[in-house]
Amino acid sequence: MSMITTDRIEKKIQLRHPRSKVWRALTDAQEFGSWFGAVFTEPFKPGVRLRGKVTHKGYEHMTMDVTIERMEPERLFSWRWHPGAAQPGEDFSDEPTTLVVFELQDVPGGTLLTVVESGFDQIPLARRAKAFRMNDEGWAMQMKAIEGYLARSS
Amino acid sequence: MAVKSGAFRGSAPIFAALGDGTRLRLVARLCAGGPQSIARLTAGSEITRQAVTKHLLVLADAGLVRGVRKGRESRWALEPEQLEVARRYLDLISEQWTQRLEALERHLESMPETKARAGKRKRSPA
Repeated sequence: MSMITTDRIEKKIQLRHPRSKVWRALTDAQEFGSWFGAVFTEPFKPGVRLRGKVTHKGYEHMTMDVTIERMEPERLFSWRWHPGAAQPGEDFSDEPTTLVVFELQDVPGGTLLTVVESGFDQIPLARRAKAFRMNDEGWAMQMKAIEGYLARSS
Repeated sequence: MAVKSGAFRGSAPIFAALGDGTRLRLVARLCAGGPQSIARLTAGSEITRQAVTKHLLVLADAGLVRGVRKGRESRWALEPEQLEVARRYLDLISEQWTQRLEALERHLESMPETKARAGKRKRSPA
């Protein structure tokens, strides 16, 4: 690989559901929380900053801190956050955020959903490295991710 | 944990090297302040030079830092391969998104279709 980007990731998934349904799953605070794994008590609105309690087993003491940016119905939904979740007492608020953008497109038989998260190069390396730290909450989560990855790629 | 194959082969030493608060702080200082001497790395912290040296050697073993001799002074610098850390980090973030999108897909499967499009797809009883 000659061109390595460390700043952004992009994912696409084709969903066999109409855009309206996908949009609701993304932007209805309750629906979003149920698959994303966090409890949000306020509705999503552009400009609003929300804190969501993580519901993943073993990570219930962590919170997600999300600021909604744009909501263009059934087309585009974006937020800024400190990637991942914070433990009690951790304060990232002075650190740069990454931008998460969901885009919805009609395709035959459903919806093409694209998610782009960008701005990682602005995140301090030590913060990024922390995601790997052993005995850290992040670590166990990451290891599970690796296991899943290996299981699928073997 | 045995990681036998795949994109994360060879990551274990990096993970292990970073799995320590002091070493993470050293990496952060080298990242923010550029190459510097052990004296400067030790300044303002409680740990001894010997301890810092030991940690730097662990980081060096993992390919994260390197000692550079400049005259009589030896300085420590981050290896450009730190980029590897950034890239691996992105691999992990990417994997998290894959899992989230799979969760979204499962969620959508579990939700009833809106009236207009209902009943199009064969659904197995829950």
